[in-house]
Amino acid sequence: MSEQKKDLGQEILKEINQDHPKTEQARKPFLGKAAIPLLAIVTGLIIGALLIAITSQSVYAAFGESIGKGFTQAFSEIGTAYKALFTGAIGDPIRMINAVKGDDAKELRQAFNPFLESLVQSTPYIFAGLAVALGFRSGLFNIGVEGQLFIGAACATYVGYSITGLPAWIHMPLAFLAGALGGALWGFVPGFLKAKTGGHEVINTIMMNWIAFRLTEWLLSGPMTRPESGGMPISPIIQKTAEIPQFFPSPIRFHLGFFIALIVAYLIWWLLFKTTWGLNLRTVGTNPRAARYAGLSTAKSIMLAMSLSGALAGMAGAVQVLAVNRSMALGLSSGYGFDSIALALIGNTHPVGVVLASLLFGTLRNGATRMMVVSSIPIDIVDVVQAIILMFVAAPAIIRSIYHLRKPKQEEQQIFLSGWGGQS
Amino acid sequence: MTTSSRVIEHKRVAEISSTRKIIIGVVEILIGLLIYFAFAAKTAGDALTKFVMTPGGIDQGIMADWILPSKITLTILAVVSLVIGIYQVIKGFGKWTNLMVGISALSLIFAFLVWQAAGKQLNLAGMLSSAVLLAVPITLGAFSGILAERSGIINISIEGMMLMASMVAAIVGSVTKNPWLGLLGGILSSILLALILGVLSIKYKINQVISGTVINIFSAGMTAFISQKFLQHIQGLNNPKMFTRVPLPGLADIPLIGPILFNQNIFVYLMFVILIILQVALFQTRWGLRLRSVGEHPKAADTLGINVIRTRYMGVILSGLVAGIAGAFFTLGSVGRFDEGMTAGKGFIGLAAMIFGNWMPIGAIGAGMLFGFADAIGSKLSLLGSAIPPQFMAMAPYLITMIVLAGFIGKGQAPAAEGEPYEKE
Repeated sequence: MSEQKKDLGQEILKEINQDHPKTEQARKPFLGKAAIPLLAIVTGLIIGALLIAITSQSVYAAFGESIGKGFTQAFSEIGTAYKALFTGAIGDPIRMINAVKGDDAKELRQAFNPFLESLVQSTPYIFAGLAVALGFRSGLFNIGVEGQLFIGAACATYVGYSITGLPAWIHMPLAFLAGALGGALWGFVPGFLKAKTGGHEVINTIMMNWIAFRLTEWLLSGPMTRPESGGMPISPIIQKTAEIPQFFPSPIRFHLGFFIALIVAYLIWWLLFKTTWGLNLRTVGTNPRAARYAGLSTAKSIMLAMSLSGALAGMAGAVQVLAVNRSMALGLSSGYGFDSIALALIGNTHPVGVVLASLLFGTLRNGATRMMVVSSIPIDIVDVVQAIILMFVAAPAIIRSIYHLRKPKQEEQQIFLSGWGGQS
Repeated sequence: MTTSSRVIEHKRVAEISSTRKIIIGVVEILIGLLIYFAFAAKTAGDALTKFVMTPGGIDQGIMADWILPSKITLTILAVVSLVIGIYQVIKGFGKWTNLMVGISALSLIFAFLVWQAAGKQLNLAGMLSSAVLLAVPITLGAFSGILAERSGIINISIEGMMLMASMVAAIVGSVTKNPWLGLLGGILSSILLALILGVLSIKYKINQVISGTVINIFSAGMTAFISQKFLQHIQGLNNPKMFTRVPLPGLADIPLIGPILFNQNIFVYLMFVILIILQVALFQTRWGLRLRSVGEHPKAADTLGINVIRTRYMGVILSGLVAGIAGAFFTLGSVGRFDEGMTAGKGFIGLAAMIFGNWMPIGAIGAGMLFGFADAIGSKLSLLGSAIPPQFMAMAPYLITMIVLAGFIGKGQAPAAEGEPYEKE
């Protein structure tokens, strides 16, 4: 028993020490922690470029003529594609400079629209990435973000269109919170099952995903269908009072939801790193045994963390409906659920990292839409690049051996996840 | 310390606690009541249910149709479940408990079908036959999981391996016009992904769930990319020759069983062959003992001179091989073309079947059949014009998986060292 107590004391000391890494970080060299993610991103983009070149028929045709022509063709195609990616994601620099010099407000907005649109695309990623990151911090792997997002969106939509006569300052938050609540419920179920029966959250959240898809399919073609849609699975348009406002006239979609996402990210940071609750949660996540010795309830922590994670995912769905789409259809999500896993890991499961990674992914996806139009490269290339980035971030040793980086003195913090049995 | 506590846990699992005994009994009683009040009471007294007992388009092993009086059949099924439940609450079935749960669940399913088809006809044999076919990817997925996990590697990328294999099989099968080469191509692509999983989890010691996720995202993106870039424009790339039905001489003539089990395509036979090989190899050979010892206690295995790293790579690669067969099934044995995301979570359900089957091949095939059957019911009932929305029927396999995982059937025993990278000291 005394040994256990000693163990506990050391664990708590370790945990407290971990809580103040800032002083150490300040002494680290330039880039420091960001070096691996940055190099992973660069490498991912290089591999994406290779993929563009090797799947292009005209590159092969050019190689047939001569090797030099082949390389020229390959580089010009990669150049066109990545230029389209850049202008689609950020904007055309020349047009932007001219617009700033000129005094046409409309032209100014339009020139900066690609950049603003990237922020719009990043917004659901921030919520979804935070959801997964919060799970990881508490030792849980929430693959169910996609399902939680759908349920959240459905709840927000329902509150958004069915309630009438409320002032906007009540209706909009209400619809948004309904989304969060729906997602929380969808996250709570696997959390409860994990805490009470040990059923692994990975399988359970995936099952909940499929149930959510079928459920929303049924809702949108049955009880929640738009009467004039003629059997198409789409919901009625939400009331004006439930809309999250957009700042500029259409087609610019930049909206308040982006700032809500930043505020939520700040709140999650505060919750995780500045409250006792967050400390408990992280202790359960990094060392469940120590947490149990310290008398923390792992079951309660798991259920809370999964619910909160689900709530964040639900917000992602709600913000898409209330701010962007204004009604719900089945094509609501372009795979935010799986992308968010990569986001959380690239962002080192830290809220600030997640926000930065989300901006990157939102920008990539926004740019890829333009790349698809210009170079007819399927948008799914983004997924491939993301998978590669994720692989490198998860296995820093590969990146280090490619770029001949030195091994860090400190052992990197590994994410703790349990096996199927649920025991640890 | 961990080993001894595991033994104790194992014993506790073997004994059925008294609360669980009563809960199971109550559930069985509820099933009986449900059958009576929801189905039997709502069926007209003179309604007949006609079950066709030969799958459509088959002329071997014909069996006469079953014509059942709906109400009486339903009442009998209700009574069966009630009696089982009452006996379970009062005395308990001991080691037969799971069997009795199974009988009660089967009564419920059968009663549901009798009720839905009352006054109509339903091709029960056709449903069972398609259930076997639908079970193939799930069962093979479970076998794939068993091979990896018995060696101590969690493989959640079966889904991604299957998806990649289904696409490559379709392309190779279309180009070569030979389904066997297509199958081979699919298997090779899946093994390649398995190798990546192996390197990431064994060499780089990344968390195995994360390295599996990498492969899943990669596969989903890559297959969608290639499909949009090539398959949708060039029809000749996505038009493979499929494996056709091969009736096994003699066996295919057995009524009912013949058409369902012995008049199928090569994938169904492969499933049974792999089952036998796996069951024997894992539990009767030295090879199997070594593989399992690496999954249970790698340090001990290493001390005895077993190469843990090599054994784990072997487990992962074999896992990829089986997942490749499962993937090729979609394009070469079922649909005949590749569609984006066509595996639709079957790989994950396969993992659930593995857990349900307690990491045993024979258990996995049982679970796979159950999931296949749930799938088949869903698609058949929507044809029958059921009042239940097809989306709800489609949820059934997922719900069953969750209930199973929650340990309603009793908790299994995962390989002890699973998920832990091995570090030689």
